[in-house]
Amino acid sequence: MKPAPFAYKKARSLDEAIALLGENPDARLLAGGQSLMATLNMRLSAPSLLIDINGIGGLGGIAHKSGAVEIGALARHTDAERSATIAQHAPLIARAMPFIGHPAIRNRGTLGGSIAFADPAAELPACLLALDGEVDAQGPKGKRTIKAGDYFKGLYETALGPQEILTAIRLPAASADTRVGFAELARRHGDYAIVGLAASARADGKGLKDVRLAYFGVGNTPLRAAGSEAALARGDIDGAVAALDLDPHDDIQATGAVKKHLAGVLLRRVAAQLMEQRP
Amino acid sequence: MSMDIDITLTVNGERVTERVEARKTLVDFVRDDLGLTGSHVGCEHGVCGACTMRVDGVIVRGCLMLAAQCDGATVETIEGLSDSGEVADLQAAFEQRNALQCGYCTPGMLTAAQELLQQAQARNAVPSRDEIREHISGNYCRCTGYHAIVDAVESVAKARAGAKS
Repeated sequence: MKPAPFAYKKARSLDEAIALLGENPDARLLAGGQSLMATLNMRLSAPSLLIDINGIGGLGGIAHKSGAVEIGALARHTDAERSATIAQHAPLIARAMPFIGHPAIRNRGTLGGSIAFADPAAELPACLLALDGEVDAQGPKGKRTIKAGDYFKGLYETALGPQEILTAIRLPAASADTRVGFAELARRHGDYAIVGLAASARADGKGLKDVRLAYFGVGNTPLRAAGSEAALARGDIDGAVAALDLDPHDDIQATGAVKKHLAGVLLRRVAAQLMEQRP
Repeated sequence: MSMDIDITLTVNGERVTERVEARKTLVDFVRDDLGLTGSHVGCEHGVCGACTMRVDGVIVRGCLMLAAQCDGATVETIEGLSDSGEVADLQAAFEQRNALQCGYCTPGMLTAAQELLQQAQARNAVPSRDEIREHISGNYCRCTGYHAIVDAVESVAKARAGAKS
């Protein structure tokens, strides 16, 4: 299908985009557009105005500074995929990147857009939660930073206010004892996952500590599996699978029971990844 | 706020200035306004890859970008890649190996494959069959079952690597 009519405005600055959002309450921001354009074409949404933020300078960087990796909202997936900084300091993002869409999608799609859209079956929101990262936002009242744990509120719902724009995400930089794991199951490579799991931990002797497991495709937001995290830190993989307290709904891809079974399969794969890494 | 946008861009080497509806996708613009019907419209939500074309040197979904976003951009469609001879060897290999039947996916498939081949050439490598499958995973073909397409892309990758050394 074709989109319903809308107006289009290319914003030259964050302030201009924020002002436009204030004047047009049903406007949508256009970044990479790889989810938004599909919903417009299918007429799942029909905003009166698209505010194109691609021309705003200074939002596309990827930098390692003061113990963190900061990724500008407009950095494209391909930029992250090829970034030496990401490979070295944010290995979970590097592992997740090839699973996101297809090359033509990754050439346009942005990391900020994925976090702002907060699709519950998408890879990057789960990575942000697994890494305990944070989100920088700017709005009419200025700038603020939101922790990943406070950011995901519901289905496609985040802590961002109606006039707030996500400007960057920040992830703790990996240290020598950082361990990460990532796995997902999809019917076709690059499609949205049936179930996926992003994980981080720290090596503790031969074991693990600070285990964070973030599942995607199993609820309205990316979800931590706290019981399994504790079991995995004790080295008890069977116990971790048994402790999975997820209750996924049936969807077009699989029943909830199948998803829950697959979550256990992924947990074993990711546990092996976490334990096999050596500095 | 304008529903119509004036854009000037380069399409297959030619400078084009047009007024477009803000809601018009890039693939509809090249097909309907410029008459370049080699880029196909399949699913219109980014799944099938039939509308794959190049914008500023990288492949994109023509259905997931607006023409209005392409002011100042350089766009290359299958017509451009074909006329310049850039994909001539790939086209010949597709024909030779029966890598197309109805041909609907072929322009997108060629454009996507060419990007992989260029990336492989830049690092002096021949992509594996798995890498080829992964790179064209975003392009649906409902006729061939993909084997012949992978064969064709692989043969061109090897031929180009051989010709270079």
